[in-house]
Amino acid sequence: MRLEGKGLVDRGAPVSFTFDGRSYMGFAGDTLASALLANDVRLVGRSFKYHRPRGILTAGSEEPNALVEVVEGNQQTPNVRATVQEVFDGLVARSQNRFPSLSFDVMGVNDLLSPFFSAGFYYKTFMWPRPFWEKLYEPLIRRAAGLGRLSGRHDEAQYEKAWAFCDVLVIGSGPAGLMAALTAAQAGADVILAEEDARMGGRLLSENCRVDGQPGADWAEAVLDELRGMPNVRLMARTTVTGAYDDGTFGALERVGLHRAPAPHLPRECFWRIVAGQAVLAAGALERAVGFPDNDRPGIMLASAVRSYLHRYGVVAGQRVAVLANNDGARATARDLMAAGVKVVGILDTRPDASAVEDCPVYLNAQVTGTAGRTGLRSVSFRHAGGAAVLEVDLLAVSGGWNPTVHLTCHMNGRPLWREDIAAFVPSPGAVPRLTAAGACNGAFSTAGCLREGRDAALVALAALGRAASDVALPVAEDAPYAITPFWETPGVEGRQWLDFANDVTTKDVKLSAQENFRSVEHMKRYTTQGMAPDQGKNSNVAALAVLADATGRGIPQTGTTTFRPPFVPTSIAAMGAGGRGAGFAPQRFLTSDQASRDRGAPMIEAGLWYRPSYFPKPGEATWLESCNREVLMVRESVGVADVSTLGKIDIQGRDAARFLDLVYTNTFSTLPVGRVRYGLMLREDGHVLDDGTTARLGEQHYLMTTTTAAAGLVMRHLDFVHQAFCADWDVRFVSVTEGWAQFAVAGPKARELLATLLGEVPALPFMGVADVALGSVKGRLFRISFSGEEGYEIAVPTRHGEALFRDLLARAETMGGGPYGMEALNVLRIEKGFITHAEIHGRTTAFDIGMEKMVSAKKDCIGKAAAARPGMVGPEREQLVGLKATGAMTAGAHLFVPGERVHRETDQGYVTSVCWSPVMGAHLALGFLKNGRARHGERVRVVDHLRKIDVVAEVCDPVFHDREGVKLRA
Amino acid sequence: MRYSGLQVIKEGLFGNKGWKPAWRDPAPKAEYDAIIIGGGGHGLSTAYYLAKNHGMTNIAVLEKGYLGSGNIGRNTTIVRANYFLPGNSEFYSHSLKLWEGLELDLNYNVMHSQRGLINLFHSDGQRDAFARRGNMMINQGDDAILLDREGVREMLPFLDFEQTRFPIYGGLYHPRGGTARHDAVAWGYARGADRRGVDLIQNCEVTGIDVEGGRVTGVQTTRGAIKAKKVGIVVAGRSSQVAAMAGMRLPIESHILQAFVTEGLKPVIDHVISFGMGHFYISQSDKGGLVFGGDLDFYASYASRGNLPMVEHVMEAGMTLMPMIGRAKVLRSWGGIMDMSPDGSPIIDRTPVDGLFIDCGWNYGGFKAVPASGWCMAHLMATGESHPVAARFKLNRFATGHVIDEEGTGSQHNLH
Amino acid sequence: MRINCPLCGTRDRREFYYYGAEDYLDRPAPEAPAQAWDDYLHNRDNPAGVTRDLWYHDLGCSSWLVVTRNTVTHEILAVEAVADRKGGAA
Repeated sequence: MRLEGKGLVDRGAPVSFTFDGRSYMGFAGDTLASALLANDVRLVGRSFKYHRPRGILTAGSEEPNALVEVVEGNQQTPNVRATVQEVFDGLVARSQNRFPSLSFDVMGVNDLLSPFFSAGFYYKTFMWPRPFWEKLYEPLIRRAAGLGRLSGRHDEAQYEKAWAFCDVLVIGSGPAGLMAALTAAQAGADVILAEEDARMGGRLLSENCRVDGQPGADWAEAVLDELRGMPNVRLMARTTVTGAYDDGTFGALERVGLHRAPAPHLPRECFWRIVAGQAVLAAGALERAVGFPDNDRPGIMLASAVRSYLHRYGVVAGQRVAVLANNDGARATARDLMAAGVKVVGILDTRPDASAVEDCPVYLNAQVTGTAGRTGLRSVSFRHAGGAAVLEVDLLAVSGGWNPTVHLTCHMNGRPLWREDIAAFVPSPGAVPRLTAAGACNGAFSTAGCLREGRDAALVALAALGRAASDVALPVAEDAPYAITPFWETPGVEGRQWLDFANDVTTKDVKLSAQENFRSVEHMKRYTTQGMAPDQGKNSNVAALAVLADATGRGIPQTGTTTFRPPFVPTSIAAMGAGGRGAGFAPQRFLTSDQASRDRGAPMIEAGLWYRPSYFPKPGEATWLESCNREVLMVRESVGVADVSTLGKIDIQGRDAARFLDLVYTNTFSTLPVGRVRYGLMLREDGHVLDDGTTARLGEQHYLMTTTTAAAGLVMRHLDFVHQAFCADWDVRFVSVTEGWAQFAVAGPKARELLATLLGEVPALPFMGVADVALGSVKGRLFRISFSGEEGYEIAVPTRHGEALFRDLLARAETMGGGPYGMEALNVLRIEKGFITHAEIHGRTTAFDIGMEKMVSAKKDCIGKAAAARPGMVGPEREQLVGLKATGAMTAGAHLFVPGERVHRETDQGYVTSVCWSPVMGAHLALGFLKNGRARHGERVRVVDHLRKIDVVAEVCDPVFHDREGVKLRA
Repeated sequence: MRYSGLQVIKEGLFGNKGWKPAWRDPAPKAEYDAIIIGGGGHGLSTAYYLAKNHGMTNIAVLEKGYLGSGNIGRNTTIVRANYFLPGNSEFYSHSLKLWEGLELDLNYNVMHSQRGLINLFHSDGQRDAFARRGNMMINQGDDAILLDREGVREMLPFLDFEQTRFPIYGGLYHPRGGTARHDAVAWGYARGADRRGVDLIQNCEVTGIDVEGGRVTGVQTTRGAIKAKKVGIVVAGRSSQVAAMAGMRLPIESHILQAFVTEGLKPVIDHVISFGMGHFYISQSDKGGLVFGGDLDFYASYASRGNLPMVEHVMEAGMTLMPMIGRAKVLRSWGGIMDMSPDGSPIIDRTPVDGLFIDCGWNYGGFKAVPASGWCMAHLMATGESHPVAARFKLNRFATGHVIDEEGTGSQHNLH
Repeated sequence: MRINCPLCGTRDRREFYYYGAEDYLDRPAPEAPAQAWDDYLHNRDNPAGVTRDLWYHDLGCSSWLVVTRNTVTHEILAVEAVADRKGGAA
């Protein structure tokens, strides 16, 4: 019911929304919860396990019951807290976890079966017969479990991530947070004030309190006005700080677009990384419930929430109200309600010695023994100092005291401290470096205490930042002591008393856990699922702990706590993963020839972050293999052009450059003549092959190293390490020039002829030679190297000329019967020639395995040499590189066996790494690793691929199938 | 007390007052035949199989916190046997077979769910590497099916097949792979060991290992000295510290692995799925939470908590692979401390100290290994000889170069 | 986690690549006994407390850094450039 003239909602801005298909009106400034309560909707959800009817318990993000689905077109968001979701015109919400309807839910039968659904019952049954678990029991359990439902459709909405930096981050904008922000801001610090709520002010908006003589909400607004006017202050409403991480880094979730109708380009949420020099935690406190039979009915609400709905939203959630409390603070609920004209039929104070003076009946030593009203509270039965009674009520305001919101201070393994006087945990000082807790989250529950602690925490932060303190006067406010006598559960009564509302954990479950010797608080949590629901235990962990402490005869401090871990509130995967969707997951690298390749219809495939052409289809070619075969023959018979710019290129210079290369390569580069190129093998320090490639000596003190595409970054890092760690005093410097050069392979018997048309005169390069060339005014380099086994060149020009050169080379090649070739043909050509790639040097192979142990120079040290000499790294039991030739197709990933032997792991002889159909040889070729393979050339092995139904016999041979003597290379 | 459906009903009718403690809380004795340091999954299963397979019941498990307080209580619950190198292949195959009979053996429902695991691949090269793996799995007697893109689409239609940065080429499907309820595994082994007479001693931290003349004689603990001629160190996450008590320096570096769980949702993911081009694997628990994880935070740490870069990477990978999970909300993240070895494979071996054995180096694959690790460690402690399926998990294999490196990333602890 | 690179200033952890313990700097002589190489490549103190380890400013200045930090609290105590040590072991 909405009260006239009360609350901070905008009465001039009515909005229409639906819940479970029915239309309701609310006002701007309402949450879904306040708007539903204003419309007298009390039943909003069903619980997880017993499908108990549930209403609204709280007025904040800790809500365990009022979890709804918000629908947008064919997309939906499950488990949205009605207490956080703001209403807007067109909001569509519906209840969850019920069938067929919220008021009649057949799964409610679970509630009747609850004796058999005790804590951990599922560990004790469903074991027999074994196959029934996956087929019957588990599907039933899965279907029954879970609350909300994902749509199953891609979430295509917008999300954002952002960074923010500040001197002081203030978390929470209640009295403590506002004072902290003001104090820090007036001292000139860069301040971010982050507030979870849509509106700043914290409890000041929800209490009938005065600060400096004015209503709390007005004082808050005045402070906020002042802060808004300061350029060094950033106010971030709807922003929940979700986690405290190392070195002043905080995660925060901003609800950017969730409070209004979706609009294109408006992110739903933004996940912030806030880096703060200092932080003030002013997150307030959360009220806790009280255990009594059937304490989970709709209409039973936290007393603070009752006040929030009253003062903030002008809503009262019942007509006849009782208040159940164990502390003085909750009395305000009764007074505020009465002042608003609401009938308060009694205050049930659990304490025997509290004051009985109020304007309504006060029952001392009161204990609720039962409640009635399945879908909405009707009455409360209780006993008290003077006997027993039943009160007809439709709203019971409950306060079991307050839990400081210590969560963030636990994110870095800090353990909160128990304070007996307030019966609550408070942050352990210094638990998060550079963060100071202030106000209610620090156990200061009076308004004056919050204001004072807020200011003092800011002064601590300013001092730590080396800033002069500002002089901010402390406003005057109430400073009443907080009088509480803990009351966790009602003793000696039948019926279930709920602790964790969302997960349906009752005091009985906790006691059963103790009975079965799950006495550690972590065991209890895991056995009962206490605290693992969407409210993350915010409402119930401390009470559950108290019940466990009692059941095990220990005190609360001895029982300990479970650990609060990030995020502080449920945080969407989409927000934290913003930017990752689709192609956003990783950068895309494009060759200068990319468009030219696409123009020719080449399918582009991923090669690490690069895109490379797979093959260049010609009219009439139906499969990739036809194109590939043509391209292979083209290279072997005329000339082919391929973009090889993805290879890593590292320019190395200095007096000690040669010496440096001798250290990182197994073979020697100091003896390489200027103008020549050498193949080099690089090991990891553990003796396995890191990478291979060619390195050219461009000058006496100048080399150009080539790495494989995959290892370009890795090799650069490796070189930096070797240099900085082992020979920082050597005169050698290097830089990656991968992106500075576009480089094209021109390969085939007509390669020189093609280049002659381009260059006029081709330098007379020997095989493995390099020379500068000029293409008009463009300076380039020409390498005579080959990855195909044909006479081959690679021509390099500055990247900006890459596309032009590529198109030009293709045009020239095509006049000669040549053309472009793609990755598929490149792979066939290199297999025919027995050249290895990372399919072979996959991190487990040694120089010995690939037959290159002679390339490890005996005359000098190199990285990896010592470890490569370990006994397990060489020898006949190792699998060695071989060629395989067969008449039937082979597959990479097939394993090798001796024909006639059984096929088993124990008889496994090796495996295939690369395969191709060789149009030149007219045979299926493969490279692979075979135990003691070099000694087995000429033998026959069985190639078995169970997965792809391959079982052929192949001949073991030298891995170089094509032009073993290298006549063509050197032509 | 035997657990059964009938018992649950019987107890339910009488107010569940009759359930007995799952295990005793004995005081430590002055001497045992064998001591296992560490009451996690591996330590408890070692104790269980020492009692069950080798008749050694005068033994104790010493746990510094509560039973199952280490990585058994903080993992992504995946059970699989999909390795391809000799050593791992036979070991995990053995482990999976033990999983398959675990509930009936332990009389405890660990909810081992063989819902199938799919490793996605995103290039021809990855496909070939997975084919090599899958073929080895079959050679070993396990199961594997190579799915093409359409095959994956049929099983997992909700993946983003159209826009993802790294298109899905296919997947290696391991039907017998799946999940289990992690805590229940610890509790089931604990209860099983306790029922066979093993003393499970909680809140008992080992502070020293007593060695005389090259032989172990017992341990010092926060609850007094305890003698034993055989001591097993089974404390992955703290291996370096405990081994140092016996003067050993291990080939281990400790790292943080984070994992995440969302709020409970109605069934939406029926398998275990892993992404091949980023660090992301996911399944849905029986309670409905999406349980997922990624890679290490990559820096050595004992903090049991991580930082945002890997959090964000994991979420981004999830969004590129299956954007339908975007609106699921993460409830909790946590970090486990991983014993990272230089080749990514574990160690179950004797140590240079007679009578002292070690089981460590589980990297982030320890959960699925729990049954076989205990089985083999028990065999080693009882007989002094390595079990055949764990014979390659030698402590000195790094020195000799007989490494078992599935990732192929070499002797850098955090790359496995 | 934020690392104060001596050249670039304080930067987020995501700019850095982690290698491992400082041990990797003490490369044994080529002819050193196998045990020395085993210790160099594999065996680690792996302290739960203050350690010194190697980070590379990958998305920054390409400096290799020795970071002194606490593995339990993640507190960073000192950062120095590897190259500023006296090099030339090889």
